Amino acid sequence: MSNRLFTKDTQAIFWNNNKSAIQRMLDYDYVIGREKPSVAAIVAPTSSNKFEKFFYGPDEIMVPLYRSTKEAVANHGNADVLLNFASFRTAYDVTMEALDLGDQFRVIMVTAEGIPERLARKMNQRARDNGTLIIGPATVGAITPGAFKIANIGGTIENIINSKLHRAGSAGLVTRSGGLFNELCNIISLNADGIAEGVAIGGDRFVGSVFIDNLLRMEQNPDVKYMILLGEVGGTEEYKVIEAVKSGKIKKPIIAWCIGTIAKHFSSGVQFGHAGASANAERETAEAKNAAMREVGIHVPASFNELPQKINEVYNDLRKKGVISEIEEPEIRTIPKVRKPKNFICTISDDRGEEATYAGFPISSVATPDTGKSIGDVVSLLWFKKVYPKWATDFIETVIKTVADHGPAVSGAHNAKVTARAGKSVVESLVTGLLTIGPRFGGAIDGAAKYFKYANDNDMTPAEFLAYMKKQGIPIPGIGHRIKSLRNPDKRVEGLKKFAAEHFPSTPLLDYALEVEQLTTSKKDNLILNVDGTIGILMVDMWRALGYSEKEIDEFIESGTLNSFFILGRTIGFIGHILDEKRLAMPMYRHPFDDILYDVQKAEEIK
Amino acid sequence: MAQKAIREYDGKALFAKHWHEYFDGFKYDFKSVLVTSGDELREKAKLPEYAWLNEEPLVAKPDMLFGKRGKNGLVLFKVEKPGDVKLEDAAKWIEEKQSHEVTLLSGQKGMLTHFIVEPFTPHTQDQEYYISATVVDNDDVLYMSAEGGMEVEEGWEEKVNEVRIPINMSDEEMEKAVRANVPEGIPDEAKGRFAAFAIQFFKFYRDLNFAYLEINPIVMIENNAHILDLVARLDDTAGFMMREKWGDIEFPTAFGMEDQSPEEKAIAEADAKSGASLKLTILNPEGRIWTMVAGGGASVVYADTIADLAGVKDLANYGEYSGGPTTGETQFYAETIFDLMTRYKDPRGKILIIGGAIANFTDVAKTFTGIINALEKWADKLKEHNTKIYVRRGGPNYEKGLKDIKEAAERLGLYMEVYGPETHVTDIVRMALEK
Repeated sequence: MSNRLFTKDTQAIFWNNNKSAIQRMLDYDYVIGREKPSVAAIVAPTSSNKFEKFFYGPDEIMVPLYRSTKEAVANHGNADVLLNFASFRTAYDVTMEALDLGDQFRVIMVTAEGIPERLARKMNQRARDNGTLIIGPATVGAITPGAFKIANIGGTIENIINSKLHRAGSAGLVTRSGGLFNELCNIISLNADGIAEGVAIGGDRFVGSVFIDNLLRMEQNPDVKYMILLGEVGGTEEYKVIEAVKSGKIKKPIIAWCIGTIAKHFSSGVQFGHAGASANAERETAEAKNAAMREVGIHVPASFNELPQKINEVYNDLRKKGVISEIEEPEIRTIPKVRKPKNFICTISDDRGEEATYAGFPISSVATPDTGKSIGDVVSLLWFKKVYPKWATDFIETVIKTVADHGPAVSGAHNAKVTARAGKSVVESLVTGLLTIGPRFGGAIDGAAKYFKYANDNDMTPAEFLAYMKKQGIPIPGIGHRIKSLRNPDKRVEGLKKFAAEHFPSTPLLDYALEVEQLTTSKKDNLILNVDGTIGILMVDMWRALGYSEKEIDEFIESGTLNSFFILGRTIGFIGHILDEKRLAMPMYRHPFDDILYDVQKAEEIK
Repeated sequence: MAQKAIREYDGKALFAKHWHEYFDGFKYDFKSVLVTSGDELREKAKLPEYAWLNEEPLVAKPDMLFGKRGKNGLVLFKVEKPGDVKLEDAAKWIEEKQSHEVTLLSGQKGMLTHFIVEPFTPHTQDQEYYISATVVDNDDVLYMSAEGGMEVEEGWEEKVNEVRIPINMSDEEMEKAVRANVPEGIPDEAKGRFAAFAIQFFKFYRDLNFAYLEINPIVMIENNAHILDLVARLDDTAGFMMREKWGDIEFPTAFGMEDQSPEEKAIAEADAKSGASLKLTILNPEGRIWTMVAGGGASVVYADTIADLAGVKDLANYGEYSGGPTTGETQFYAETIFDLMTRYKDPRGKILIIGGAIANFTDVAKTFTGIINALEKWADKLKEHNTKIYVRRGGPNYEKGLKDIKEAAERLGLYMEVYGPETHVTDIVRMALEK
């Protein structure tokens, strides 16, 4: 692994939601038949989305989106490549933050051009100390054909296939320039069998990994049979390669050329090409470097125009010697010319196969009694896309049964009954009842979970919690009952508490709520933890025990998941009341005059 | 974008602006003016803050980024004897130097436009020290010598102590290394003071993102630092972080390159405004072969090949466009080149190379639309100059780009040969020259 830059399993975290570059990576993945997409996650600090859709061949996939590298790393421990597409203003900070996260990243690619030189040097040194390979700054990246490609390198899919970048060849390629990298790949595919690994090290003066770093790795990479180096006028990096050839550290044949022979004709002032390309001394000129490389036996053509023939010669020689053998051209998948993005996404069930599934489980495997599965199991599959343990599904079912009905007098049931008597259908009457559910009717479940969790998360004592709620001007949700009290406890609450005590691994929030109850009941006897409160609080305890993070639980509360249990359960009761009305064939309801306080003044005329 | 030279005056002004922050225990009396004529100097002398111009003996020299001014006879420090230069002498001297073109020993020539005028500092040769800092390979290097002045480069190895300061070296280690390397030639009683100054000099160089900073000589009289001559380059990529510290600093073009044409300036301005890269340098306005090449690397390869096959005299320009310029930007760039290349006749006709490697992400058809628009405007002129156009390009949407430009050339009656990635990138140069 260590001597191969990338493999077919390599995954990257892409910093910046650069959709076209990411799409190019996924197109490449599809064409070469990767199992996992090469982009595991995207970091987009200003986005509030949770994922971004991309095409994967004819289909679409979702790539998770995070607001920080830290979050992305926490969720994708196997992604060991960071593609830093931040601007020159922030690229340094992004790399340093990634390095601070430990040794997650084996390779960090930095695309920005023009990072302040001092910052680039600090960044490169820090990465070196960390044992992390930096590719760039100011680069299009690197590629291991048939395994992994960074962003835009290689250009379009058509060009990739034309230049044989979809499967491993036998050359190792290192260039400074990104545009010429593509060109070289094209030349190598026309005159040899393509490349096994290629890196464009970047055009800035201070780049993280230099020619020698990459060539030494390629020397150890069994897929690389010979190497091609395209240098530039300026700097002395090529001399390190010369030293390595001299000392025998590099034994594989190298073909090399330094561009920028033009520079000798102009004294100073003309900046040819990249920021790194400026000769400060005779030995930094392209001529001097080409001559020095030729001297130690590196294959150096007479000019760039003759580079193709040189590559062809070396390749044919290695073929003759049997170092390189014939490559079998692999099958490739093609990407449809026209692809339409999907308007809807579904992640919970699928009706396309033989039998529809709930989160991957055929309906028959959860429906009949012999499966041993209950409504709680179905809820856990369709609402949470998880198979919950029995104690949790039993609890969910208990909740649904507990909240199913609370008599005809509560506002929701009353509304449903009035509507049914007006001659409306079951569904119309039902939604009238359901629409009543909100902050005052049924909302205490959400509210209790939210406020008790907040107090508990912030280590408030029960007294502090009460003071806090008083300051907010909100009665504590889930506390208080019309008639029940400590001496006359609510049996439903008793049942839930008993179940939790017996089956929940632990109930930290309920324990806290009971402490609060002691304080509230000391003030007034009926300020007990009521059934809504108990449900909301135990749901939080359930999710905690199931391993959800506090943030995920907060999201459940925010999105109204708790209220959903009430809606689901109470639907059973509402339908009962509606059917009851239908059976009784009660007439249209009209409220009696004597139950209304009439206090109508004559309207004042405004002139 | 890279290291850019600043004027001596601006460098000294930076020292003055940040002196108290960096140079604890030293004084720097920043007396210096930058003028563009003798009259401007006379006017300055009327202002109260420049009263010293009338009162003190002066030194005047051009401030235009080139060095070796003494050897070029371009430092006025005496009329009869050192230290007798008065305001009017300096003003007249400036006028005289501006009255004709100046050729330096290096061969660079041009008109002198900027002068720095300062008080004459009487001192002896042995008070002249040398200090500079720059980046070598990946390390900062601080150079110090007890023998400053014009001759420091002769016998550099013996005279100059160097301290390598890797990027991750702590301040304590750096300070220790500097103290341990104070040049022998500095008198013992001054060594501690020199070390303290050198340490602060290095921090100033580092924090202000200098790429090169040299004071030669620096004269230290007690705790007064006299910066007699200064050369500085800034890392302009750090500009976005240094807005406060640098202020609105000027990056003048090198002397002799002074005659940057309006076209080059216009392209440089367009480049500064664009997210893409647009570069243009005119090498020989009467040259036969003009290039419009996409990509920093490819542009160099084309220039190399033209110099190899045709000779450097025929190469009219160097430049590149890259990073996905818009159609409008490309059109502007192309029109600028077409304009320039149709100004001088060549009996052999002109060659235009529209070249480029295989692009990674630049849409070739889109950029070619800009070139086609420009061709439409300049077709008659190009024909008048008997221009043969050779096109070679690959990358996203290249088939359409090549087809469009070929059609445009036929419609406009232009001679054009068009090639794609199947042809070696620079082979069109050979083809063009064999015609």
